[in-house]
Amino acid sequence: MMPLPDPGWLAAIAIGIPLVGVVGILMTRRWPDVREGISLAAGSVLFCTVITIAMAMDAGETVHLELARPLTGITIALTVDSLGLLFALVASFLWIVTTVYAIGYMRGHHEKNQTRFFTFFAVAIACAMGIAFSGNMLTLFVFYEALTISTFPLVTHAGTPEARKAGRTYLGILLGTSIGFQMIAIIGTYALTGTLDFREGGILEGNVSHGVAGVLLLLYVYGVGKAALMPFHRWLPAAMVAPTPVSALLHAVAVVKAGVFTVLKVATFIFGFELLQELSVTQVLQWIAAFTIIAASLVAMTKDNLKARLAYSTVSQLSYIILAALLANEAGFLGGGLHIATHAAGKITLFFCAGAILVAAHKTEISDLDGLGRVMPFTFAAFLIGSLSIIGLPPFGGLWSKWLILDGALAADRLFLVGVLLVSTLLNIAYLLPIPFRAFFRPLPEGAPAERHEAPVSCLAAIGVTCLCCLLLFLFPDPAINLLERTFIGAGAP
Amino acid sequence: MSIVEHLPALQVAVPLLAAPLCAMMIRPSIAWPFAVLASWITFAISVALMDQVLTHGTIVYNMGGWSPPWGISYVIDPLNALLLLLVSGMAAIIMPGVRLGIGVEVTFRAQRLFFTVALLSLTGMLGIVITGDAFNLYVFLEISSLSSYALVAMGADRRASKAAFNYLIQGTIGATFILIGIGLVYMMTGTLNMADMADRLTDLHGSATIQAAFAFILVGAGIKFAMFPAHAWMPNAYTYAPSLVSAFFGATATKVGAYILIRFIYNVFGAEFAFDEMHVGWVLIPLGLAGAFVGSLVAIWQDDLKRMLAYSSVAQIGYVAAAIGLGNHDGLIAAIVHVFNHGLMKGALFLVMACVILRLGKADMTSFRGLGKRMPVTMGCFVVAGLSMIGVPFTVGFISKWYLILGALDAGMWPVAVLIVMSSLLSIIYIWRVVEVAYFSDPPDDVKVQEAPAMLLVPTLILTVLCIAFGVATKITVGVAGLAATSLGVYP
Repeated sequence: MMPLPDPGWLAAIAIGIPLVGVVGILMTRRWPDVREGISLAAGSVLFCTVITIAMAMDAGETVHLELARPLTGITIALTVDSLGLLFALVASFLWIVTTVYAIGYMRGHHEKNQTRFFTFFAVAIACAMGIAFSGNMLTLFVFYEALTISTFPLVTHAGTPEARKAGRTYLGILLGTSIGFQMIAIIGTYALTGTLDFREGGILEGNVSHGVAGVLLLLYVYGVGKAALMPFHRWLPAAMVAPTPVSALLHAVAVVKAGVFTVLKVATFIFGFELLQELSVTQVLQWIAAFTIIAASLVAMTKDNLKARLAYSTVSQLSYIILAALLANEAGFLGGGLHIATHAAGKITLFFCAGAILVAAHKTEISDLDGLGRVMPFTFAAFLIGSLSIIGLPPFGGLWSKWLILDGALAADRLFLVGVLLVSTLLNIAYLLPIPFRAFFRPLPEGAPAERHEAPVSCLAAIGVTCLCCLLLFLFPDPAINLLERTFIGAGAP
Repeated sequence: MSIVEHLPALQVAVPLLAAPLCAMMIRPSIAWPFAVLASWITFAISVALMDQVLTHGTIVYNMGGWSPPWGISYVIDPLNALLLLLVSGMAAIIMPGVRLGIGVEVTFRAQRLFFTVALLSLTGMLGIVITGDAFNLYVFLEISSLSSYALVAMGADRRASKAAFNYLIQGTIGATFILIGIGLVYMMTGTLNMADMADRLTDLHGSATIQAAFAFILVGAGIKFAMFPAHAWMPNAYTYAPSLVSAFFGATATKVGAYILIRFIYNVFGAEFAFDEMHVGWVLIPLGLAGAFVGSLVAIWQDDLKRMLAYSSVAQIGYVAAAIGLGNHDGLIAAIVHVFNHGLMKGALFLVMACVILRLGKADMTSFRGLGKRMPVTMGCFVVAGLSMIGVPFTVGFISKWYLILGALDAGMWPVAVLIVMSSLLSIIYIWRVVEVAYFSDPPDDVKVQEAPAMLLVPTLILTVLCIAFGVATKITVGVAGLAATSLGVYP
């Protein structure tokens, strides 16, 4: 067997692969088939690299690399821990699937500037990898900001006045919160503790009074605008003007999960469970997260635009993970971490379906979907599977993460939150299930063509794969849970 | 004696001697390469000086062998070595582009004079920074100011003359205030050598004369520094001056004002006197923050982008002023680093304006329509330098902001940190406004525009790349600024 390179470099290579892909994409812009081939190849190589990192970690090696030292005492460093590894696995695998989907979608929908699209898509993935493998808070912040900026051209892809306006909201909220709150929190943390490393048990404990820690927690949680905690959630519905593959991978997986990933990291490795449990601000934020879960679900019910409804559903689901992080116990962490994977699989399926409906039937509003289930049975069956997974019904993966979060809420003795989660599940049913039911059981409008007409086959293939993921996460959740559990037995800790 | 020992004298002498020679060269095609060569030699000298300072420590050079306090001595410590590097570096980067840049803005006959005056202005700024003699500083200040007025007046727009006249009046008031301040200190201490002054001033704390002297110098330097509310001369001067002059001034002129402030507050008068007796922090921090808000807010409403950048400078200068006023190690690092970093980014942004003006004749919002496609490299530079202005990580702007906020937190001033961040968010608005117009509007059909010529594009690119390079590798900027802060007696 070939000797593996120093595992630390693997993390850097993982970030580098999509960037190399960018060069390839730009060089082959005249030959779309080759260009998409390069995207796929980069995705596959990236996924294999992340697997290699996982194997190296399994073999007990620490994956750590120092890249630069721009400020005294702080490095730009990469360290892989189990949570980051899970996020990287999810993002890199779904990148391949999304690329397959995007090929069909972008061509089927005759989008312009496809080279720009695939280029910034790859840059965004590189940034997501960087976030996943960040060794300290500054490194994370660097990639976090880079992710915001690299996704801006994707959000405004259409170039219409509407897209411009959405881009403004997107950039304003994400940059505003990150520079306005998160940066102060980071610099404050550094001023108080002299370090920004992620450590088990946190770095703030013993260095700060509870009052200051509470302010820092508020700044962090609201500074991570990508986690879309109300009232800073407006950017996510706005970002739905982007082409559907962007909404699917970035605004259901990479970008938003980067946000909640950051919240989980901060809660666990900057604050630590003990300190978090003692802060009264934690409870306030739990209430806000609970409010967001319910309120976003209610808003979702009022939306007739399919993508807008899914966006508000995402806002609601993201707060599950914020809530899980704030429970500050092991079950909460596991549930939050697992929800990154299960929600990703479910929500990306739903977005893929929304895009397929747009490409094949040119419909965007839910009220126009009557009877479409007979025209696109595969798509709507997949939509049903995705919905069930989001709701948390067996036999789909969403069940386990919800289960663990509930477990965490009980362990934290927060019965109120258990109630919130149950109500939210009912609301999920109320706003998701009517969509496939409407498609299958209502008659087609008069005069509409009734013969089967599905989206391009590459779209369908991608949808099939993500549906399978939902199922597999139900049948085999153990690898992911075991991976996350390593955080607490030392092996996977940074 | 080897030539290395005389580098401090040559630093000023080279551009000073090159200036009249330029005036004798009738054809701009000869004067221009000559001026470029002179600026490159000057830059090489400042690099060598920086190297010497870093390896051997502070250099003291006595002019003509006269030892102080009788003669004039040049003192080069990390602080002014960094400033020399910035000023001469900017000149070396911008000068090659001048020929094309001013071609459309300055008449053929005036071009050789342009080079002459530009070199004189360079001489003055280098002199202010390098000298260890207070009166000599004033002399160089006048050299740089007078040549600056002339440079501004060379702008193609007729309003340039009025702007230059305003600049002259206010600049003269500032210089006079500094002279009065120096005179008062001389009266009390009997010396003009700065190190000597600092020595003797320690016994004079509490003297009303010294307090008045401090106030005069503070206000005078504040005007030169374009510090809010004494910034009125700057927007017009930068708007109507030839674009490359704006680039050079935007990157250097006000920075020299910052240098004078830092030098006098921390070195000559001493931090103890300035902060404990004169409470200079209570002047600089509120005014700095007010400038940051006012400058950014006004910048948002500007249609002429050169004017927008000028108001953005008012805001950035506000940060430097506030950082100086913090009076701690991180704050002083922030001030020095931001002087350098802001020079890079504002230089790059003004060069972008020069590129656009060369191709379109003006730089207002409508002329930027659709430029993202037509001038991709130029606009790419604008985006990167603009992101740096916002303070995105991996750019120089982030490094400055990091130390600025760290300094504010270290001083226990949470509200100041918050205000700094809030005001810096305003820069997102004025930068992104331009980006949107450039990338999302369709260009007017009747105008054919192509990418700026390499001669102008390369300097712009160099500065843009430096905006990122110094955001990642901060050894030169932060490292030297740390040394400078320590050598000014401000320890972590």
